[in-house]
Amino acid sequence: MNTNVQKPKLKTSAMIASIASEGQRTQSAPFGHALVELAARRPEVVGMTADLAKYTDLHIFAQACPERFYQMGMAEQLLMGAAAGLAHEGAMPFVTTYAVFATRRAYDFMHQAIAEEGLNVKIACALPGLTTGYGPSHQAAEDLALMRAMPGMTVIDPCDALEIEQMVPAVAEHDGPVYMRLLRGQVPLVLDEYDYKFELGKAKLLRDGRDVLIISSGIMTMRALEVARELARDKIDAAVLHVATIKPLDTATILREAGRGGRLVVVAENHSAIGGLGEAVATELLRAGISSPFRQIALPDAFLDAGALPTLHDRYGISTSVMTETLKGWLG
Amino acid sequence: MDTSLKEARAELAERAYRIRRNALLMGEVQGQGYIGQALDIADVLAVAYGRAMSFKPGDAEWEERDRFLLSNGHYAIALYAALIDAGIIPQEELETYGSDDSRLPMSGMASYTPGMEMSGGSLGQGLTIAVGRCLGLKRKASKSFVYTLFSDGELDEGAVWEGLMSAAHWKLDNLIAIVDVNNQQADGPSGQVMAFEPLVDKMEAFGWFTQRIDGNDLDAVIAAFDAARSYTGTKPRMIIADTRMGCGVPFLEAREKNHFIRVDEHEWQLALTALDAGRNA
Repeated sequence: MNTNVQKPKLKTSAMIASIASEGQRTQSAPFGHALVELAARRPEVVGMTADLAKYTDLHIFAQACPERFYQMGMAEQLLMGAAAGLAHEGAMPFVTTYAVFATRRAYDFMHQAIAEEGLNVKIACALPGLTTGYGPSHQAAEDLALMRAMPGMTVIDPCDALEIEQMVPAVAEHDGPVYMRLLRGQVPLVLDEYDYKFELGKAKLLRDGRDVLIISSGIMTMRALEVARELARDKIDAAVLHVATIKPLDTATILREAGRGGRLVVVAENHSAIGGLGEAVATELLRAGISSPFRQIALPDAFLDAGALPTLHDRYGISTSVMTETLKGWLG
Repeated sequence: MDTSLKEARAELAERAYRIRRNALLMGEVQGQGYIGQALDIADVLAVAYGRAMSFKPGDAEWEERDRFLLSNGHYAIALYAALIDAGIIPQEELETYGSDDSRLPMSGMASYTPGMEMSGGSLGQGLTIAVGRCLGLKRKASKSFVYTLFSDGELDEGAVWEGLMSAAHWKLDNLIAIVDVNNQQADGPSGQVMAFEPLVDKMEAFGWFTQRIDGNDLDAVIAAFDAARSYTGTKPRMIIADTRMGCGVPFLEAREKNHFIRVDEHEWQLALTALDAGRNA
């Protein structure tokens, strides 16, 4: 480039984009460190990856426990098949790759080799939902829909570093296959301010409010808490119900909160509007005869754009600022 | 070497230089990118677009063109550099590389870019698509070749071996596959992530007409492409190109972790200067 002319710097895409906003507290590689800690107590734990150890924080485990780490190469079907084999022989594999490659590429292997036999394989997948601007090859907008549909699969969408740290030992206690979305690298830390404790299968009310109930999972809970603070300036009182376990769904808590009446129910999810938390909640409300007004904040049924992550979060309405405006619109 | 080949060689060397330069300029826009790969594959792309392939710069969809399928979508920066040089993408767009609403996203996608024949990014798919395109071209009695470039890391994927086997089964003599062996993938050296040698024996056993060359020796690249095109057997053709990450910019070549290079701001000029020095040497 001509270095004499100062041009405005274009916003750029990157495969690994930080989801932490500026000034946000973060914790480094919570998954990797939690797994090392778990492995110290549980000799059956092994780590496996498909050429993405460094990008799923599994390298922390690989360095700490090299004899319990299996590099399977960039071969996701092999990864899932071999994980099933190891589980058959008594190991508890923690398997990592990107969400797209596990759910789209190796679906049949997870379905037949792992889930159908109820094997004890924990699949931790980075870049869930829209957490990279790299384009549709790496954007996992459908992962929850696919994994919810798989019989016997437990599905978790954690919000922050604290939750990931607590999730790792919790899924080890659970006997059976688990799909968990993974936030890697410098992961935001927010739930410590809410006295939060992850419990598999439990939704948690983080904040109560009269006007609107935001039901959310994953990074959208972080956003929902920020939105609630923004709305409070306009005297709008928002409740936030965090649903970390997408399957099995904590129907009792969701129905109790949504059935309190008089509140708009909004489901916010970092996932396609099809087949994720929104549709899961809507189905439960309908089955229970709860007719609260209902709205969904979700990604469109489309191949998403490549671009800078903040741009895309704005474009698709899941940034704090756009989400705040959307809610204000709905609440009149 | 006769005079006409000498001239052609000099032109291709210039083309390879311009491809490397374009790639560095795009990398500079973003401050990062798969620069190591772009520099290693520039000689192959120069020969593909400057000698081997038929295409019309103003008509990326021209029916009689040879197809080039970039399986390793993260090499897009290299292919954009070649497409810009070939006149298929306007030079001005170089500055938009990887930016919001650009036609040149970081990972190659067919729906975004003229001249991009497939959407890559999810690795190990190119050869399977190439098999279908070759079958389709044969149905139309087309004389076009399908070229596909993939990387040694993609050999980890089972789908690649499905493609290799079926190409020979269908006697796809209109298929020329190039595997870039730079021995570098996301988690480390390809051979350590998943051992893949001996590659020539494997490809030959799978029924391919196979050549292995130094992919940064321009004469060898020219000879291999010429031989692949003129080979008269019914086998699909394979060029195994051993390349050096960062080739043409010694200090990038020497960098150990060069799968995804972050280059400091001042280093881009140094890289361009180093590239120029090599060109004039």
